[in-house]
Amino acid sequence: MARDVLPRKAWVEHVMGMPVSIHLRGDDVSSLRAARAVSATFDVLREMDRIFSTYRADSDVLRLRRGELTLQQCHPLVGEALAIGEEAARRTAGAFTTLLPEGDGGLGFDPTGLVKGWAVDRAAGALRELSRVSFCINAGGDVLVDAAPDLPASDPGAVTWRVGIEDPGDRSRIAATLSVTSGAIATSGTAARGAHLYDPATGAMVGRVGSVTVAGPTLLWADVWATALFVGGPATVLSFGTEAPGYRSLTL
Amino acid sequence: MRRIVTWAMSTLTVLVLLFSYNTSRSSQPVATADTRRLAGTSQQANGPAAGVSPGQQPQPAQAPGGAPAGSSSKPSAPSSPSGSTAPKTVAGDPVMTPYGPVQVQITLQNGRITSADALQAPSGSGRDQMINSQAVPVYNEEAVTAQSATIDVVSGATYTYDGYVQSLQSAIDRSHQ
Repeated sequence: MARDVLPRKAWVEHVMGMPVSIHLRGDDVSSLRAARAVSATFDVLREMDRIFSTYRADSDVLRLRRGELTLQQCHPLVGEALAIGEEAARRTAGAFTTLLPEGDGGLGFDPTGLVKGWAVDRAAGALRELSRVSFCINAGGDVLVDAAPDLPASDPGAVTWRVGIEDPGDRSRIAATLSVTSGAIATSGTAARGAHLYDPATGAMVGRVGSVTVAGPTLLWADVWATALFVGGPATVLSFGTEAPGYRSLTL
Repeated sequence: MRRIVTWAMSTLTVLVLLFSYNTSRSSQPVATADTRRLAGTSQQANGPAAGVSPGQQPQPAQAPGGAPAGSSSKPSAPSSPSGSTAPKTVAGDPVMTPYGPVQVQITLQNGRITSADALQAPSGSGRDQMINSQAVPVYNEEAVTAQSATIDVVSGATYTYDGYVQSLQSAIDRSHQ
């Protein structure tokens, strides 16, 4: 009920090379406070882009790769990303990696696959402080939903967002829907950009059709697992059962 | 711990038929997405199904007493134009998906879906089955609530900005800006 009567407002910006939309629901969504929280959220995303972008020559990650910075000279988040990447490779039985092929045939540190979800998780802090407001961030198809702690987490009064999962065979259609009050939903597939997912096991880009959606508490790990399950084999699927408590998957 | 993702992943889902939205018609309200049709994904037993679509013309999902979509190949009770309370069972056409044939049957009462079952589900590859055994199966209650669903946000493979402009998410964003 609440979902239909509460005012709703949306903002869209092009950040980190993709469209990011933020939707708020609550009585207060048109206030200056709300606009400032949204702006602070985009600021965090832009900061993450400055540190991690592989398209900006002056990012910490590219300067690290060129040897202009040591890891210690980089922003502390770079070291964290490295650690998360190693943890992700271990948990996913090697299906997720931050070591991607470079032009010279070697492998270079490229945390792009985890930065998006992680950045959104970090950026959402400002929105959680908006009293009696629920928010939904969609970063290029990966979604994070949550609300201020003073909103009920369940009915009556909980604000629920209906997340449509795109049909990978026909992107104009929704193949399934989820109702989310709080949580992350990430989808990996090749429908939108062709084969852009890398399989560390074969060293090749993945060309299979379809998509994998993973839902759970954080967008960082939902996104890591969606990628890993899309490219990985049976060992990864088994790991998902033991290494990802609280996360669920759907394959289309 | 109720504050967690609630799956409404469906034995039966509402396909929002996307009215090819394009930017030159940005004044067109999103509500025109209302031509919905029902389709089954066979999450229930064995595996996934993408792009399932019953083979008939889309109809408004909430037509009283009517079948939302699909061929009413086997109604168990005759439909009544005045919206009788007798339950009615409608089977969708079998649809071939990349994973195998899928056919979904729904039961309607007073124009509302009261249950949904997979008559045929793809066996899928072992891998897909394994993945889906991790997924929360979708149960009828959630499928039933999906009937009146409107979509708030879309999750899909990462899109570029160009792709976004023509996307459903873009249409949703515009309608709230």
